[in-house]
Order: sequence, then C-alpha cells, then structure tokens
Amino acid sequence: MVFDIGLALLIVAVAVWTIAARDTFAAVIGFVAFGLLLALAWVRLAAPDVALTEAALGSGVTGVVLLGASTRLRHAEISAADKKPGAMLRAAAAVLCTVVSAGLAAIVLVLPHPAPTLAPQAAANMAATGLGNPVTAVLMAYRAIDTLLETVVLLLALLGLWSLTPDPFWGGLPGRRHHDDPDGVLTFAAQLLVPVGILVGIHIFWVGSVAPGGEFQGATILAAMWILAAMAGLVDAPPVSRRWLRLILVAGPAVFFTIGLAGFAMADGFLAYPESHAKLLIVMIEVPVTLSIAATLALLVAGPPERMPQQ
Amino acid sequence: MSDATVYGLCSAVLVGLGLFGLIVHPELLRKILAFNLIGGGVFLLFGVVARRGAAAGFGGDPVPQALVITGLVVAFAATALAVALLRRLFQETGRTTLRSDG
Repeated sequence: MVFDIGLALLIVAVAVWTIAARDTFAAVIGFVAFGLLLALAWVRLAAPDVALTEAALGSGVTGVVLLGASTRLRHAEISAADKKPGAMLRAAAAVLCTVVSAGLAAIVLVLPHPAPTLAPQAAANMAATGLGNPVTAVLMAYRAIDTLLETVVLLLALLGLWSLTPDPFWGGLPGRRHHDDPDGVLTFAAQLLVPVGILVGIHIFWVGSVAPGGEFQGATILAAMWILAAMAGLVDAPPVSRRWLRLILVAGPAVFFTIGLAGFAMADGFLAYPESHAKLLIVMIEVPVTLSIAATLALLVAGPPERMPQQ
Repeated sequence: MSDATVYGLCSAVLVGLGLFGLIVHPELLRKILAFNLIGGGVFLLFGVVARRGAAAGFGGDPVPQALVITGLVVAFAATALAVALLRRLFQETGRTTLRSDG
C-alpha cells in the first residue's frame, strides 16, 4: 500500500515535469520515465502483459519517435516560446482540468461493488482455445475482430505517414542514413544486443500463449532491435516501394482476414475457430501478424522517405 | 481504500494534467506529449477496472487488459503519424505551432 501510494505520487510528479519543463527535450525524457513508471504500476495491477507493452511501446519506441522529433525541431522553439497563452486562459484551463480530474476521481471512488467482470467467462472458455494466457485468448479469440482491425489501423497510419513524403523522394528510403563507426559504443552495443534481442523478441511472442507476452510485445522488441541496428548504421532501410516489403506489411492482416473468412466454412462464423484446431489456427495467424506488426512499427519509427537509393 | 483506488485517483490526476498541457502549450510536440499523458491516464483507469474485476483465479479481468494493449498500439501509431505531420509542417513553414499570426 505504501509502495503503491509512493509510486502513484512519483508518476504524478514525473507527469507534472513532462508538462511543466521549459525544454521540450527534457519534457520528452520525462515522458519516457513516465512510461517506465507506468509499467511498474501495471505490474502492481496484476497486468504483466500490459506492463510489457507499456515499457516496450508506450515508453521505449514512442520515446524514440518523440526524441527524434524534439532534436530536429530544436531550432524552431525559440520563436514559439514567446507565444504562451495569457494568465486568464491558463487559469481557466487549470479550473477546467481540476473539474475533470475531480469528476474522474469521484467516479473512481463510487465504482460499484462487487465490480462487474468478464474473467469467469474468459476462464470458462479458455480450454476451447488451447491457450493458457487469458489476455492472449481475449486478443486472438473472443475479441479477435479488435485485433484484426488494429493491424489494419497500423497499416493505415503507415500509409498516412508515407503520404507525407516530399515529391522528390516518393518511394525512396525512410529517414536519414546513419553511418557506422566501427569503434563506436553504439555499434558495439548493437552488435551485442541485437542477436540477443531478436531471441528475446521471438521468445516473448512464443510464450504469449501461456505466459505474459504475445505478438504485440514480441513484435515491438523485434522492431526495436531493427531500430537499434539502423541507428548504429549496421543495416539500412529498404526503399518503401519494394514489393517484398509491402508483402511483409500486408501478410499479417491478409492471413488474419483469410482465416477469419474460413471460419464461415469451418466453424460458426467470421473469426470463429473449430475447437479441435483453435490453437494451430491462432499460431498460424500470430506468426505473420507478428512479422507485419514488427515491420510496420519499425517503418513508423523510421518516418517518411527522405532520400532516393544511390545508383 | 484499496491499491486499485490509489491508481484510480492517480489516473484522474493524469487526465487533468494532460488536458491542461494540451490547452496551454502552443508547441505541437508538447501537445502530442500532453495527449499521450491523457492516454496514459485513461489506460490506467482501464487497469483499475480490470484489477477490481479480479476473479476466477486471474489477477484482473483480462478483457479490459487486452483492450489496453490494443489501445497502446493504436496510440503509438497515432503519435507517429502526428509527429510526421508536425515535421512536414516544420519543413513547409518553419513553424512548430498552429498560430498563423506569428
């Protein structure tokens, strides 16, 4: 209890820092710390699957995107800093936000007892899916349509990002080229960490059926390993117009959708699995989905194309 | 007051803080950060609801937990798209705010 109160206060303190810091770069660092502390809170709330996702994606990969943006936009900040809203507006915003917070706090304090829950239903049907992790069972079986649509949302975000490409670089290579320094610390770290990280990513994906983990967490770690290798200059992104790249990106949603449609013939409808083969079908979906999510996340971090392949 | 309630109050504060940052910061990157704080608070509230729904031998209700995982991934995709839009705005206009009178 004391630990939880301390952790909650620390999370709020870091959040205040993220809002109040003068320097945007410092605010982003605050946000990364916020994500890691939030991951601890998820462990305390008995949600290790969410904790893994929060630490890897919410804090880590999001942090990379925001840090990259804050360094690139540094020159613009001085001119923008003198346009802070007036004291009246700030006071009004403070009052409004206090009311929102107080309202939410009141709702938290009057939540019904006993709390409504779907846990017994999830437990009762878990044997039918052949899975041992209830969260994976929800993601891949009971609420599979959410997960299918989510993989499509990721693709749409990537399409939106690519459509921001300046005309001369259409279909080119994403981001800047990082040159490797053979004696550099980053190169050494990448050479050491990437092989281990790839194994960890595959492991996290695979144990997701019975233990905390799963395709999103595994895919995030795989994407992070690619980002690390690219930052160290060990690998370079392919041009986004490559056909094999596009195939990897759509493979996950396409297989998911196909097996979902096959549910009409094999079981009782869209995204229904026949009980005898549920686990096999779920793994058949999860493997390409993991690959597609990892590639999509990595390309979302890399950003829109900024250069053409050198002939 | 249970452990879950502590985090519930924490999530209420986070939503308010994020909303404040979203309103008062003119720089778009700070708005994106603030928006992610609101997201963190909302997800944490889901976590509290999941924790209170602990039953059938699980530490929490797996349905809201799975929803949060979905939400985190979508939040990241939206953040990456927002950052790309901001960088394009900076390339085109040299500005990182939406004010036209600057």
